[in-house]
Amino acid sequence: MSEAILDSGAEEAPGTKGLVEDWSRDKQVFGVPWGKAMMWIFLLSDTFIFSCFLVGYMMVRISTTDPWPNPSEVFALDAFGYPVPLLLIAIMTFILITSSGTMALAVNMGYRRNRKLTFWLMVATAVLGASFVGMQAFEWSKLISEGVRPWGNPFGAAQFGSSFFMITGFHGMHVSAGVIYLLVIAFRVKRGFYENRPGGYEIVEITGLYWHFVDLVWVFIFAFFYLW
Amino acid sequence: MADDTTQHPLKIYWIMWAALFVLSTFSYATDFLDRGYLRHFLILLFMFAKAGGIVWIFMHMGWERMALKIAILGPPVAILVLIGMMSLEGEYVEDSRLENYGESTMEVETPGHH
Repeated sequence: MSEAILDSGAEEAPGTKGLVEDWSRDKQVFGVPWGKAMMWIFLLSDTFIFSCFLVGYMMVRISTTDPWPNPSEVFALDAFGYPVPLLLIAIMTFILITSSGTMALAVNMGYRRNRKLTFWLMVATAVLGASFVGMQAFEWSKLISEGVRPWGNPFGAAQFGSSFFMITGFHGMHVSAGVIYLLVIAFRVKRGFYENRPGGYEIVEITGLYWHFVDLVWVFIFAFFYLW
Repeated sequence: MADDTTQHPLKIYWIMWAALFVLSTFSYATDFLDRGYLRHFLILLFMFAKAGGIVWIFMHMGWERMALKIAILGPPVAILVLIGMMSLEGEYVEDSRLENYGESTMEVETPGHH
């Protein structure tokens, strides 16, 4: 990469000594491309939004006196003649992890300037993301057909529905936006848009940051909403 | 950013990828334990292991400089304060509901038998 413009060229100390130097020298603090720094800061703000949703969910779940619906039963699917707990949710989890892997490889291939492979890995990531959203839509329809609503459900505390639709809906929206983002960047990579640009293929890494974040949020939703 | 931070060997990604699959399987397996300290401890353990791996390896945070690490990973620590306050508040609200309205009389269906 050609990011020599980002710092004075002096040898940078690692660790806490480097931390002090980065902040006290008369230079740009974060030695990363601006797009990457801004994506990290955006993700930090998104972390707070998702945290507020999850903390809100925790609060209503603690404070309700009604029984909380058991997620392993609510999200069970019949397979092989038996109800398997959280079956679809487990499949969705594995799909998202698979897509994180293809994304990580796409970033690596981008820096190796392998346009063809970067493109196909990003497309694979987007397809996996789209199938995740499809399964989420299936899950929503199933719950709605069973009478789950944001204001009540037959299985217990009304807050279950409100938390479920709000949290998974906001996450699903992030995945959908990510699929569009991935496809836009993938097609630009394919037609060589980034070949002669100063940042080169760091855009693939920035897109990857967003995508991994979506997977990261799912890890927390899976643990707190579906398993807890 | 120096070149060595962007072209690490692919091996570490394959290892991380496999680790995520294994950890997710463990996570899913906690659903077969009864609710209690062990289950909740294991849920958190696997959750933080997965989250840490994603941030450190897949999002390359492990290779970033301390200034960026602290700027991004520091502020979320404040969420712990919110979690602490809201769980206290939640307990209080539940207690006052029980005191004023009594135990729940809600009749619930068991999901999934149709």
